[in-house]
Amino acid sequence: MTTSLVRRQALNTELGRLERMLEIRAVEESIQTLYNDGHVRGSTHLANGQEAVSVGIASVLRPTDVVTCTYRGHAAALALGVSPEGVLGEICGRVIGCSGGMGGSMHLMDASVGLMPTFAIVGAGLPVAAGVALAAKLKKNDSVALTIFGDGSTNIGAFHETLNMASIFKLPIIFVIENNLYGEYTRINLSTPISDLADRADSYAMRKEIVDGQDIDAVIKSISAAVDFARAGNGPSLIEAKTYRFSGHSRADPATYRTPGELDEWKKRDPLDIAAAKLIKQGDLTEKDLEELKSTIGVRVAKAIEVVLASEGPSLDSLLQHVSASRK
Amino acid sequence: MTVMRTRQAVIQALSDELESDPTVFLMGEDIGSGGPFKATEGLIEKFGEERVIDTPISEMAFLGAGVGAAAMGMRPVVEMMFIEFIGVALDQLTTQGAFYRYLSRGAYEVPLTIRAAAGAGLGFGCQHSQILDQWFRGNAGISLVIPSSPQSMYGLLRSAIRSNDPVVVLEHKALYGERGEVVTGEAGIIPIGKANVVSQGTDVTIVAIGSTVHTARAAMESQSEWSAEIIDLQTLIPWDKETVMKSVAKTGRLVVVEESSYSGGWGTEISSEVVSQLWGQLKAPPHRITSPDAPIPYAQELEKRYLPSPEYVVSQITALLKTGKCPAPWWEGFKS
Repeated sequence: MTTSLVRRQALNTELGRLERMLEIRAVEESIQTLYNDGHVRGSTHLANGQEAVSVGIASVLRPTDVVTCTYRGHAAALALGVSPEGVLGEICGRVIGCSGGMGGSMHLMDASVGLMPTFAIVGAGLPVAAGVALAAKLKKNDSVALTIFGDGSTNIGAFHETLNMASIFKLPIIFVIENNLYGEYTRINLSTPISDLADRADSYAMRKEIVDGQDIDAVIKSISAAVDFARAGNGPSLIEAKTYRFSGHSRADPATYRTPGELDEWKKRDPLDIAAAKLIKQGDLTEKDLEELKSTIGVRVAKAIEVVLASEGPSLDSLLQHVSASRK
Repeated sequence: MTVMRTRQAVIQALSDELESDPTVFLMGEDIGSGGPFKATEGLIEKFGEERVIDTPISEMAFLGAGVGAAAMGMRPVVEMMFIEFIGVALDQLTTQGAFYRYLSRGAYEVPLTIRAAAGAGLGFGCQHSQILDQWFRGNAGISLVIPSSPQSMYGLLRSAIRSNDPVVVLEHKALYGERGEVVTGEAGIIPIGKANVVSQGTDVTIVAIGSTVHTARAAMESQSEWSAEIIDLQTLIPWDKETVMKSVAKTGRLVVVEESSYSGGWGTEISSEVVSQLWGQLKAPPHRITSPDAPIPYAQELEKRYLPSPEYVVSQITALLKTGKCPAPWWEGFKS
């Protein structure tokens, strides 16, 4: 069993899921330092604030199901099982990265847990996921495809074409919108005439649901229902997770366009706090346990960074490998 | 061996692959009814709706679905009714499918075939007549073939479907009705990346592909002043350097006949490579015979003039041989 598969199994418990959300937050928070120290190139897109969506999805899907995700994919990759070394190694362009250092932050992958290389073109992952679902249907297995994308993707042609086709073909696919209210630097009301994006399913006679993306239990419930529906051969669902990113679009974006107070309001609904509070209330966790858990994760991420920084970059050979079948 | 039209060779190749490999399936607009060129006629009746899938008019969705299904181990054959239609979907091939192998270090292969009617000569106007091979050059991870005969259609299409990488098959619409003998089965399969030497000659090597193979042959056969070694490239990406170099080393002269427009045409790359490798052995500069830098006109006389004709090829090559210099293209005189 791969490390990623073992990590995936850890999501079977509530505590395991909280731990993963905390880990995602810690990994993403380490990226700025790595950047300042000159280890990160190009762009990175954080998903802090959105962890419950990724971890919720990962705890429902089987590793044999396939996920396509956008360039805001650190959380999904870690949630699905990629190790902190795999994600940070990729972000730092090292050979131990999950794509061998050849992809970077926007192209994370791990076939052993069904993560296709994440998509750096808005909307591009939707048609591909439809093809994954079509393959499952043609092979007559009960795998599903799930595609994660942002609110901005709902205005690109790929979204509409794919929803229409998925509905007509009754494909086993779940479309998950992470509606974090901003498409890059633009607030949703300036780009989109409706606020409930799930309503777009109506035009395609598709099952839809709006879910609180800050509440992992709500996410799990909603994704489970959609996955069961798809596995049973009933076709696709469109799920809109209402969420928020605590950072700007990318590292270059200080997010000065936010309404004053908006970030603070959303931080009151931090998915990590919500999940931790529930476990504490249930008596499954104490404040002390939580601090210890955060500390353990801090050490784990620090160790991962050490491993990453000690790792080499990909060899010159790898630049010319895997370009085509004849150049393996 | 059977005599068949090129469009029937398409059907035969698809049918043979559907028969021999259960992961092969077809997807595209109106393919169940055979499409405007009847190039998939009868397949839905034979293989059913699960393997011959009619799609909505949503090229981005179904080309991308081809990429996704291919990454899952299927061998989709996606049809673009006209190659121009890929413009609204190109990302799925050039930026997504072409790069998955690389990004995943080989974990995800994309054995996808894209078939499309292409090329001028039938009066479809500028948005349904281009050959558009230039859109795929310089894009790592993709192969591109342009068959010139029923045999090469059959053989190259089968190779494309068996390839573990994306292959674009440009099916020249003016050739769909041409008849020829076809060897079917394994013996009829033509490998990707191999050119075919159509005629032996001593004075000049003519490199052509698709429709221009016929133009070149007609040009040579219409005169007796010079003899040409005509090379049908068959595969444009990657092109067969070895066969071209060997021939030009022998004849000392390279003429490229291209259907696409002058600027950025594939002949530039071949000319450049020939000069680089055979500098000092050439008896004349490499010469490119192409269409002009203009959209394809509809009016019959103008469309005919747009494409390199056999007469034009004869006059250009005869001038090259006489003067040792590249003659100006016909449109030079029209420049303002």
